[in-house]
This record gives sequence, structure tokens and C-alpha cells, in this order.
Amino acid sequence: MTNTSRFDPDDGATPDDVSDLRWPADPAEIPDWIYTDRRIYDLEQARIFRGHTWNYVALDVELPQPGDYIRSYIGDTPIIVARDADGRVRAFENRCAHRGAEFCKSYRGSTKQFVCPYHQWTYDLSGALVSVPFRRGVKGLGGMPADFELGAHNLRSLNVTTRHGVVFASFQDDIESFEDYLGPEMLDQFDTVFDGRTLKLLGVHRNTLQGNWKLYQENLKDPYHATLLHTYLTTFGLFVAGNKTMIMTDAKGRHSTLCNARPQGRPDNDPSKSEIRSFHAAMQLADPRVIQLIPEKDSPWTSNAITIWPNLILLRQTNILGARQIVPMGPNQFMLIWTTFGFADDSPEMEQHRLRQNNIFGPGGFIGIDDNEAIKFVQDGVMRSVPRHGVAPLGKDEEGPDVVITDRAIRSMYRHYRAEMGL
Amino acid sequence: MTNAAQPAAAQPAPAHAALDPALRRDLCFAVQEFNADYADTLDRGDIEAWPGFFTEDGVYRLIARDNADAGLPLSLMSCEGMGMLKDRAYAIAHTEMFAPRYVLHVISPARVSDYRGGLISAQANYAILETLVDEPTRLLQCGRYRDTFVMHGDRLLLKERNCVYDTVLVPTCVVYPP
Repeated sequence: MTNTSRFDPDDGATPDDVSDLRWPADPAEIPDWIYTDRRIYDLEQARIFRGHTWNYVALDVELPQPGDYIRSYIGDTPIIVARDADGRVRAFENRCAHRGAEFCKSYRGSTKQFVCPYHQWTYDLSGALVSVPFRRGVKGLGGMPADFELGAHNLRSLNVTTRHGVVFASFQDDIESFEDYLGPEMLDQFDTVFDGRTLKLLGVHRNTLQGNWKLYQENLKDPYHATLLHTYLTTFGLFVAGNKTMIMTDAKGRHSTLCNARPQGRPDNDPSKSEIRSFHAAMQLADPRVIQLIPEKDSPWTSNAITIWPNLILLRQTNILGARQIVPMGPNQFMLIWTTFGFADDSPEMEQHRLRQNNIFGPGGFIGIDDNEAIKFVQDGVMRSVPRHGVAPLGKDEEGPDVVITDRAIRSMYRHYRAEMGL
Repeated sequence: MTNAAQPAAAQPAPAHAALDPALRRDLCFAVQEFNADYADTLDRGDIEAWPGFFTEDGVYRLIARDNADAGLPLSLMSCEGMGMLKDRAYAIAHTEMFAPRYVLHVISPARVSDYRGGLISAQANYAILETLVDEPTRLLQCGRYRDTFVMHGDRLLLKERNCVYDTVLVPTCVVYPP
């Protein structure tokens, strides 16, 4: 009898035939089928999410004590992240080794062991199978075969790493360190958000979105839309074209960061803003505490929007800190999990300030709404129309990070994507 | 497995035994009239009239039930006082981009649990149906209002409205406040 406590590294890597799908020759063009084709979606799960990637799965602070756990995902695979009796963070598949039940149905909790309710197969906090009922049957009849080994039926476990209180997992054991995966520039950006101080969890937003998961990565690699879609930012002076802004990618082009420095006070009415119809020099918030910047970081930037391939967006905007986890749910839908935090040493006033400022983000946020709606608009378009390539033509690939009216980071993501996918 | 959190939001507010039945009936009626006006205003899309249902120091919060149960303070929307209420209404009316939609509130009969010091504690369940162009109507939210009202002249105003929603996995986004 065979079963395994590890994933097969090549599981699902043999693709369906996708030879009818041809990537356009023009590097500025992006074909519709990457957002809508089920075969592409399945290949992404195998090659990207179950491939050589580090996937965000939890914050350390969500699991403060041994026995604490949360539900999470890698790609579309439900997993559990738990702290074991020795204090080590573990991640394993949320699927009983026996009949396949997704047995953990709570967002979070604390337990000594995981028991599948169907037949009470019981696993410890490392995911190891520790007992099965009626192993010897009843009165010597029935029960498990003589060669049944508990150890061959553990929950399938994942490779786990942490940095500064953030937990990442991978299906692959032979993968570079998380630090090498990010590269030096992105690691520096990561450490701008997570500087090693103990975090404090403030709460979690969850939403579904009728869109392909890659559209969310694109959104954060797209400085072009920031001042055009997000009228709230421009109306109230948070982010206006002409602010000091930078967008850069790692050497492989898969991660990116979009940094912005908001001037103190309100932006002057300079000619570069004349194209931004929504900028109202006279418009003021009745209660400007929502956008007030309380200096707390030794950083030249007031916002950093960092994308870590393939499933994480890190956002520091003014005094908001958050991790957005992308969970694909088929080609046309994904889930977003917005985990919002501050620091354990925040004063009560600072915590209240962060909570107040979080009106900007989330699926009810002043600019969170804009992005979620715009992504649904794109998916509606690519699903329902006659296929046509989209274009990401702005800027030039060889330009530096200070050129920001550009699609450079989107193009670089798709260069990496094609290599990873073999397309 | 046990859930670490105490399900505080799920506990019913205890009915206040001392409340005179006739007074309770009057207060319930007043709260229901208020909720009908509130729903009508939002369902007509008159978002900029929404702050008028609150006191100057009124508090509005929209809270996912799993956060409330776990004692986590994050809100999907939060307004402390008239300035933030008006800023939220302005943002919806003038700065946010979203597909046009109908929303329809269905609010249960109110339950008044306490009346002391001029403050009325009340609860009601709500459901919000949302309809977009060329899409079937869907359930946007269901949840519970946990309210504190004050009498202001001959009408009620909200000193605090906490909307605790069961529909934790939000479909796309919540544009108008429930």
C-alpha cells in the first residue's frame, strides 16, 4: 500500500495540449487566453504555484502559541499553517490522507491535534498521522492491513520559511532561499515593511473577485492607472502625477515595487497635473486624519507597493500596513485575503490611527473599490468579447526606475511568466 | 479543535426586563420607522443624505463577523464623527469608480434591549440585495445592526451603528454603507 506524505515534484506538470495558443510576436501584446483558458490555469497551478516559488501563507503573529493555526492557500490548494509543540511553524495540505476530506473549516483557532470528523483519523501539529480508530478491527476481525504504517499517511507537508515574522511556503524542497528568491533590491523593500519588529494583527478582509488572478499582480505593477483611476488619491493629494515616484523590478522581472513620496502639505497646482481632471486644489477632507502621515519609518517613501511573485502584495501606504494574498479560484475568479497589521509597540493612538486610515483599502476602501471594480471590468471584457490581444505599450524596457508612466513592470512579469510556463 | 475566539458578536443582547412593555413598543416602532427611512435613502442612492442619520459625534462601523468574534478591531468601513461620515459619502458620490448598481435593504423588525440615560440600545437583522446591469441580483450582505440611538427633538439619531456581517467573503466590494 502506498501513500505519501510529500507532494510529487512533477505532479500535474505534464500539460494538456496548448499548442493552439500562440503568444503574439509583439512583446507589448498580451493574449486574452491567459486570463480565460482553463488549460493555462491548470498549468499555472502546476508550474507556478506548485513550482519553484515561495508563496505567502501567514503572518507569524497569527500563530502566537503552539497549537494555534489558520486556514490558508497556496495557489488554489487549501492548506493549514500551524505552530507545532516545539514552536516551529508548519504548513500542510488541508486534506485528510484517508478519504480526502477538507477537514479544517475554521478561519483560525487553537488545538492539540487535528481530527478529521469523518473517520477520526488524528494528526499532530506537524501533520503526522498519530492514530486511526479500529486499527486492529473489532474482536480481531477487520481493521487495517498488517503492513499499514501510520508514517506513510501523514498530511502532505510543505517547505516553510519565515523572514521578519512573515511565513512563506513552497511545494518544492530544492528551492533557493527566500532571500535569494527576492534578490537584494526587493529584500530591501520587503524590510521596509517588515523591519523585524513584532507585528500586531488588526484584522482580515476577504473578498472574491470576478477576474483572473494575474490582473491583480498587473494592477500593482501599473503606475499609469494610479493617478487616473484613483480619484480619491488625486482629489485629496495623496498621489499626484509629478510626485517623486519609482518603479523597479528584480533581476528576473517577477517581483516589483512602486514607491511614491508624497510632499508635505498639499501639492501645488503645477502644469503637470492639468491632465489629471480629478485634482481639485481646493478640495479638502472634512476630517483629514484619514490621510494624515505620522512619520515612523526612516524611509524616503510614503508608500511602497511591493509585488512578490506569485501571490503576495505588500502595501505600506502612509501608516497602513497590509499583506494581500491572492488565491486563484479558476481562470475567471480569485479570492483576496487582506491581512492588516500594525506593530506590537504601537501606542493606542497609533493603532486607532492605522484603523482609521484603513478606510482607504480593502473591498470597502476609497481606492480598494476602484481596483476591484476595474479588474472585474477587464474580466467581463476578455470573457465576453471576441478575443483580441490587449496591449501594454507604455514606456521602454531599458528605461530607469524613475520613468513611471510605463508598462515596463507588466512586460517584465510576462517575460518571466512565459519562461516559467514554457509558453 | 476549538475556536480560540469567543463569539461575542453572536451573543444576543439581553432583553432589559425592566423596560415597560408600552414604552418598548413605542421605541421599537420609532426604530423601525428610522430604519425604513435609512433604507429608503440608501436604496434611492442618496448617499450624501446618509450622514444626516447620525449625531455629530456619531460612529459607524462595518465589521466582518469573524473579526468581531476574534476580537480584531479592523472595520471594512469606519467613521468617527460627522467629518468622516461626510467624507465617506463624498468619496462614494464623487471619487470612487464602480459599476452602477441598485441596492435594496431588507431590515427585520427591531428589538429594543435597553433604554437608559436617553440612550436606546437596539438590534435588527439586515440583508442587502445588489443588482448590476445584465447580472442576476445577488446577496451582497447579511448581518446585524447593533445600534445606539438618541432622541433628537422628535426624531431618533444614531449615536453608533455597528453592522456586523456574516457574509465574510465579500463579493467584489461593498460600495454603499449597509
